[in-house]
Amino acid sequence: MTLNDMTTKDTNASDRQRTERLLKGALAPSSLLPRATLQRDLWTSMRQRLDERSATPWFDWALIAAVVVWLAMFPRAIPVLLYHL
Amino acid sequence: MPVLESPTHVLQRFCNGDADAFETLFRQHQGETYRWIFRIVRDPAIAEDITIETFWRIHRAHARFDPARSFAAWARRIASNAALDHLKSAPKDEIELPDDLPQPPSMDPGISQELRQKTAGAFARLPPKLRIAATLALIEEQPYKEIAEALDISVAAVKVRVFRALRLLRKHLKREGIEP
Repeated sequence: MTLNDMTTKDTNASDRQRTERLLKGALAPSSLLPRATLQRDLWTSMRQRLDERSATPWFDWALIAAVVVWLAMFPRAIPVLLYHL
Repeated sequence: MPVLESPTHVLQRFCNGDADAFETLFRQHQGETYRWIFRIVRDPAIAEDITIETFWRIHRAHARFDPARSFAAWARRIASNAALDHLKSAPKDEIELPDDLPQPPSMDPGISQELRQKTAGAFARLPPKLRIAATLALIEEQPYKEIAEALDISVAAVKVRVFRALRLLRKHLKREGIEP
């Protein structure tokens, strides 16, 4: 390692330290921000999300209905459908 | 305050898809998960939404959880991914900084409000993966090992991301005429 390389390395390290100091001076740790801890129980919202997602969407029912109608109209297609399943 | 690990039988029941076990784990870990997400996104409403999203992902992946391992660490990893997805999807021009950024305790009186705003703005424009690593390591001062586990990368990879974040931040600031 040459003297020039060592100087460059030192400069880079001090640049990084200065940038780090500036960043720490600009942004406070989250513990100092308001509402850093959870203020309410989220279970009700979670329950709602679970219920929404577990309900079968209307287009799934529409697709099932279309398949049933199609099979009723073309019963010969049933073995073909079963073969492909 | 660290979350106590859940009893093995609760974890086992959760793994088998038991709804009550999921509720028990949700109530036990929601606070810690929220705090972790808040450290990354720094917005209470968004942190609440991502907490719900995290537990939705946890609920869907229940069968893949190994009850012999730590639920809290698993939840933190999923939470970090959910927070990362949020940061990736948030348009950069939508990032708004409040006029009255809270002052860090070790506030350097030589750093003006304008400089702090510009630094925070430049930092918000960094790629999300670098921003998360730098936020957790430098601003939140979390242990590198914990960050590595949460981001599912090695400790060396965390250090590289922090290094690259600082280098890129410096470059952005220089472009704005600021010499850190």
